[in-house]
Formats: sequence, structure tokens, C-alpha cells
Amino acid sequence: MKQMYEPIIGLEVHVELNTKSKMFCRCSADYFGKEPNTYTCPVCLGLPGALPLINKAAIEDCIKIGLALNCKISEKSLFERKNYFYPDLPKGYQISQYRWPLCINGQITLDSGQVIRINRVHQEEDTGKLSHLGGVTLIDFNRSGVPLVEIVTEPDFHDVASVRDYAKKLQQLFRYLEVSNADMERGDMRLEANISVHPIAIASKASPWRLPDYRVELKNINSFRFIVAAIEYEIKRQIEALEKREKLTQETRGWNEDKKCTFLQRSKEEAHDYRYFPEPDLPELRIEESRVKSLESSLPELPWDKLKRFAEEYGISKNDAQILSETKELAEFFESALEHGKKHGVSIKEVANYIVNRKPDISSVLPTQIIEELKGKKVGIIESEKELEKLAEQAVKENANAVLDYKKGKEAALQVLIGGVMKLSLGKADIAKLKPILEKLLKS
Amino acid sequence: MGKNNITSLTLIGTIKGLKQKDFSEEELNNAYFERIAKLNPKLNSFLEIKKNSCGIPAAIKDIICTQGIKTTAGSRILSNFIPPYNAIVIQRLLENGISVIGKTNCDEFAMGGSGENSSFGPTKNPWDLNKVTGGSSSGSAAAVAADLCAFALGSDTGGSIRQPASLCGVVGLKPTYGRVSRYGLIAMASSLDTIGPVTKSVEDAALVLDWISGGDGYDSNCHPERSEGYKHIFFAGAQNDKLIKGLKVGVPKEYFGEGLNPKVKQVIEDAIKKLEEQGAEIVEVSLPNSKYALAAYYIIVPSEISANMARFDGIRYGSARVDFGPEVKRRIMLGTYTLSSGYYEEYYAKAAKVRTLVKQDFNKAFDPPAGGVDVIVGPVSPTTAWNLGEKVDDPLTMYLSDIYTISANLAGIPGLSIPCGFSEGLPVGLQILGKQWDEETILRVGYAYEQSTEWHKEKPKI
Repeated sequence: MKQMYEPIIGLEVHVELNTKSKMFCRCSADYFGKEPNTYTCPVCLGLPGALPLINKAAIEDCIKIGLALNCKISEKSLFERKNYFYPDLPKGYQISQYRWPLCINGQITLDSGQVIRINRVHQEEDTGKLSHLGGVTLIDFNRSGVPLVEIVTEPDFHDVASVRDYAKKLQQLFRYLEVSNADMERGDMRLEANISVHPIAIASKASPWRLPDYRVELKNINSFRFIVAAIEYEIKRQIEALEKREKLTQETRGWNEDKKCTFLQRSKEEAHDYRYFPEPDLPELRIEESRVKSLESSLPELPWDKLKRFAEEYGISKNDAQILSETKELAEFFESALEHGKKHGVSIKEVANYIVNRKPDISSVLPTQIIEELKGKKVGIIESEKELEKLAEQAVKENANAVLDYKKGKEAALQVLIGGVMKLSLGKADIAKLKPILEKLLKS
Repeated sequence: MGKNNITSLTLIGTIKGLKQKDFSEEELNNAYFERIAKLNPKLNSFLEIKKNSCGIPAAIKDIICTQGIKTTAGSRILSNFIPPYNAIVIQRLLENGISVIGKTNCDEFAMGGSGENSSFGPTKNPWDLNKVTGGSSSGSAAAVAADLCAFALGSDTGGSIRQPASLCGVVGLKPTYGRVSRYGLIAMASSLDTIGPVTKSVEDAALVLDWISGGDGYDSNCHPERSEGYKHIFFAGAQNDKLIKGLKVGVPKEYFGEGLNPKVKQVIEDAIKKLEEQGAEIVEVSLPNSKYALAAYYIIVPSEISANMARFDGIRYGSARVDFGPEVKRRIMLGTYTLSSGYYEEYYAKAAKVRTLVKQDFNKAFDPPAGGVDVIVGPVSPTTAWNLGEKVDDPLTMYLSDIYTISANLAGIPGLSIPCGFSEGLPVGLQILGKQWDEETILRVGYAYEQSTEWHKEKPKI
């Protein structure tokens, strides 16, 4: 029988927060597209003598993400220095968290029902940005010190589809919480993966399940599409290597989009020793339970809760519920339309179908407008003059008395004839257009 | 007061002189500038001199950032660094009518206890040009001792204000960690670095501390409140003879053992007697973990240094890492090692525990319910100033000269060094350590001592 293999994947997601100011200084964090090195100060430039100051809004956002991912919020946590040299890191260390992260032990449920364990959600700062132009490298420090939250999972993924679902769920969450634009293209959200593969027999037989003794880290891949491709490639490469009885080792690999393959960046021997130690410039972070409680109560309804509620409360399909809860804005539009629809006899199903199929541009259309439209459709107004004439003639034939009354000068008799047309048309005749047609017919 | 003697005035004396219009600010600045021009070539106290026409001239240790004025931290690495911003302490001084007359020499990035680790040559002791000043605030202590400024600012991570103040016969105050904003102080060991005054009198030190203390929204570890010691001690109408009556003064037995020069010991014991004569109660105390303090210090400090020096990576500031001096390189290597994966727990984490024990020693000694003392006194340095070059090849002996000062940094408590006599013509300083946030009491004790002696009035003949 052919040996089967199981991929084991853990993910690290970095998300840039959209706070007003940077993580440790007063500079604006809204750096994207701005002239290089104009959003800087001694702190984010790492000038000698400058000191960090904690941005409380960023900490609150980090806690919100942690709470949404069912994490325990650490009563006491610490910032630490992660030491490494790189030109985009002006202090020679990044202020991050390692031994004492802000949020720990969370979980998230995927569409498949699989539960992914979250190891930690911690706070750190972004680096500057390098641009390589010809033989020159330029550094822009506008991004230096922008708040960054890192979300690390346990190695719970076994296929690319769950990775995709997880990443999409996180992106949706960040937008629901309004903590980040989570735009992959702009680099608001970045993904790193740790991958290893093992023969399935090992895990299923009597010997206890354990992680392979190596893992390959996929890093510095700044597109979601590419990381998925890289993971798929890695799974194949590693299985092939194991089939050939090759020994796989701990290493960091990147993605070559031209050749569509991963390539070695750093082997285990060259791995960084980050020499973490508590950041002496910052006091311990103490988060009071009351603060956690108040942040928890300030959380919006989370996308997966909304989806579930839409399906249960409105009896719509899971697929429709998913589409309608895609963004917080669309979900609000939908519910506001429902509210109106209720007043005008437009059903939930009609509203849901309309939004799902017609995909109205919710930035230019009001929920009330779509209800008006739906109401109109439901009446199905007959506007054609020919059709109306036919109906009118029929009504005149059937209501001879009314015609006589009208000719005697009884204006009110016209209403009887209109009623007759309405009855014939099942209420769909356009009254405004019908009236002159009837009058003309009666006068002839 | 004749205009020729302007430079010998204390800061308080200078303020009074200006108020009484004995001299103008311009005359004051000229007098200091001329004296610097004459004496600095002998002392190498200033690395940068600035001529002003107003303000009271202060000398600033070159490790404190001054906007538009070159700030080198005594290192070739920063030999062309002109900060675009002022340290908070500089802002505060400028707000109080002080001007920066120059930047003073120091051991490279404050790493050293003799002043000899400066990339720009050692500072000479005004009492004997063949002797070291102590360090690392070498230029600041020499400048105050030689009347080249009304007062100076230094920084103290393991004794760098107190020890050179002691060896140069001036007053040096290391405040409580968190009393003064470090924003703009080029970091050596961030969890121990403090900025403090070097002055000609205790009263001056109290006044400068009041100016520079208090939070600023830039140093997260800085206490928001400003100190008011000067107001309390010197304007409260305290009677000299009652200043320290009944105060409990602790003398740690560990500070008088092997290694303390017997002549220095005698001077210190005489000073303690003087305090007793003024009504203080002298009590022996024990700081049992003092013997581990040096070892812990030389793990914590290099660890923090290894990170703090990383920004000088050769990309910015125009100088490559080969330009670091040997002491800086030594500490970067030590600290990189002690933080390495697998060694962190053995070294850094353990040293942090020892630090807690050192702190607890002081807490116990100061604890009132347990009959604790108000201040602790002892020597600042085991010896007086030594010969230039004497210890440069023996870093361990050099480290041992910090043995009485580093505990205060590990514990974060304030310490004062005041002139208390001479040994073979060289000044000896008395160290007064206090409770966290209680600079007021150590200043009170220092002031009482100063009032009953003439040591602080002695001037070197240069």
C-alpha cells in the first residue's frame, strides 16, 4: 500500500493596526503612500537617547483581537527586546513580546468545524521599509514603529484549504473590529507558515503522536496567493524528499514566483538567536480585569456569530448568510433593509435574494431604496396603454350601471370602474395612467 | 564679590549675584569662557565649548543630547553626531535660565570608572594632573572642581556621578531611578541609568534636582511628580543644629572591609563622627548581598549594553563598529553571551534575582518597623584618585573601584557624594544613600555636614 503523508502547518499572521499614532511615539501611523521619511521622530528613527512610550489604543486593539480569538488576557505582560541586525531596524532590536505575551491560549473554529488553537496574540512594532533601486537601497522610516500584532497558531493545519479559510477569517475579523484595513496588497496583513510533513502511520499507530524533528519556515512572502502556492509546493517537495529517504532539516525558505518554487534562505546553523530580554525602557503592562471586561463588552458581533444568527434567525441558507455577513457594512445594510421590508410586506427571503444576487453598491444605495424597488416588483404595475385600454373596455362592459351613472354626471362612478379594472388586473394597473384612458372611453 | 571671583561662586551664589546686579549674565559667561580657554587644555574637561552671552553656564556631560550641539558620548562612533533634539533635562535647564557652555568629556558611552575610556583622551584631575578624575562623568566633575562652570550634569549607572565627584572633591547627586527623565540621555544600561547634578554645594544639587526632576510624557519609567527638596530644606527655615537631630544613620559593615584604603577609611570614620556630634544616631547595618552586587551588575549592564549599542551599526552616524573602544567591545561581547539562548536563565535571569536581593537588603535596612535607618553612609570609592594609566590594563581591578556605588543603581535608590576631607592631598567623598524617592533626607544630611565643615570650600590650585 502506498504510504500516505500528512502536512503539519502552523501560521504566524502579522497585522498592522490602524491607530492614530505609532506604537511607541507620537508620529502618525497613517504612513501609506506618504513622502518617505516625513512621518518620523527621534523615537521611531532610533536616535541615541530616544525612549519608547506605550500607545494605549494599540494595546486595547491587541486585547480586542485576543478576546475575539477566545484568548486569555494576561494580567501581567512584558515588552521584550528582540535583537537582530537589519538596515530597516534602526535600534538594532525590535520591541516585541516573547516570554510574557499579552494574550494566550485562544482558538478559532473554521468552516469545516476544525478548531485551530491560537498560541498567542502579542504586540510589537513594525520596521522601516527598504526599496532596492538598481544598485542602491533606500530606507523609508515612515513605517518604523507602526503598531503590529502577531497571531501565532499551534501547528493545527493539515491542508491548504484550512489555511486559506483561517487567513480569510482573520482578515474579516480585523475589519469587523475596525483595528486594521487588513489589506494584503498594502502589507497591512502578512502571513508566514511553518511546514513539516510526516508519514501518517506514525501518528495513527500505537506510538504517540509527535511533531517531526524539523520544520521549514516560509518567510518574506508578501502575497497571499504566493504563500498558498509556496505551501502547496513545500508539501510536495517534502513528501518527495521523504519518499527518497532524504533527511529534512530546519530552515527558512522564500518563494520564487518566476520559477514557481521555494528556495533556501537560511539553514539552521545560520538561524538567529534573538537574545530576548525584558525591555528595560518600559514598565510592566498590567491589565485589570475590569478593563478586559469593558473591552469585551465593546466588541461588535463577530462575523461567525453573525453568520450563525442570520441563518438561524432569518432562516436563510448558510451560503447566503455567509455572503450577507461578509462585511460589517453589508450585514448592517441587510438588517436595515429587513427592518424596512417588514413595514412594507417585503419578505426576508426577497431582501436576502436581492442583495445576494444583485449585489447592490451599498455605498451609493440606501436600504430603503431597495425596499421601494422590491415593493414595485411585487405590484408588477401594468403601464402599457394598450393593455390598460383592453382592461378598461372589459370593465365598462361589465359595469353598465356605473357607465350610466357617470354619464348622468356622477363623478364617483368612475371609482367603480377603476375598481373593476383593478379587480381584472389583480391590482396591478397603473391608476395614474388608467384614469385618462377610462375618461376618454366614457366620453366617446 | 569682585568680578574676578565670579567663577568660584556656587550656583546659588551666582543667582544671588545676578539678582543683586553684582555682575551681568554676559560678564558671568565671559568669566567662565575665559577660564575654560585657559584651563581646559590642561584638563581636557570639555570636548565642545560654546560661547553664550546670557544664562547661567552649565557644563553638560557629552552623553546628554543637546540640539544643534555635537554630542559624542565620548565615542569616535558619534564624533560627528549633532542631535536634532534636546534631552528633557536640557529643556528644563533652558526654561530655568541656564545656558550650555560646553559638553564634557566622559568614558565612551559612560563605560568606565576613570575617564580614560574616552575616545578623546582622559580628563585630568584638577587636584593633581597626573591622576584620574574618576568616571564616567570625568569632565563634569573636573569642570565643577576647577570652576569651569556654575554646575554640571552627569549620568550615573554604577557610580559615574558619585565616584568622580568624590575623586574631584565636589558634590554629586545620583537621584532615584525614575526621578529624572532619561529622554535624550544616550543609553548605556537603561534600567540603571540616571541623570543628576554635579555641583559646588549640596544646596546647588537640591536646586538643580528640583529643576530637572519630574515626568515629561517621554520616559515611561519617570515619576510624574517634580521634587521639591530645595524648597523644603532651604526655604523651610530649618535650624542648622536641628537638621539631623535624632536621624538614624546606618553604617554598613560590608563597606568597611578588605579593599578599603585605611587612610580613606579614617577620613570616612571622622565624617561619621561629625554626623554623630550633630545629633545623628549611628547604627551598624548589614547589606549581606553586597558581595554579589558587582557580579550581578556586570551581567545586567553588559546585557543591556549589547542591545543599546546595536543601533551604531555603521549604517547611520557615519562611523563603523571597528571604531568602538576596547571596553565597549568587551561589554558588547559579554552581554551578547549572557543573553544567548541557553545562557539567559543561567546569567541574566539569575542576575535579575540577585538584583532583587540587593534591593531587599536596602528595604530591610530602611524599614521603620524593624528599627530601620533614615540614611546609610559610607565611602564612595575605596581609594582616592589613582595615577593615569594605572588600571587601564586590568579591567577587573577597575570594576572593583565601583564596589560601593553600584548597589544603589541596582536598587534604584538615591545617593549623594559630598567632600569630607583629604588623604595625601587628594579629596575623599562621603556617600549618603537614601530610601527610594527620598532625596530630601540625604540632601538634608549632606547639607548639615557641609554646614559644619569647610571641605567643600577647598579649591584645587591650578
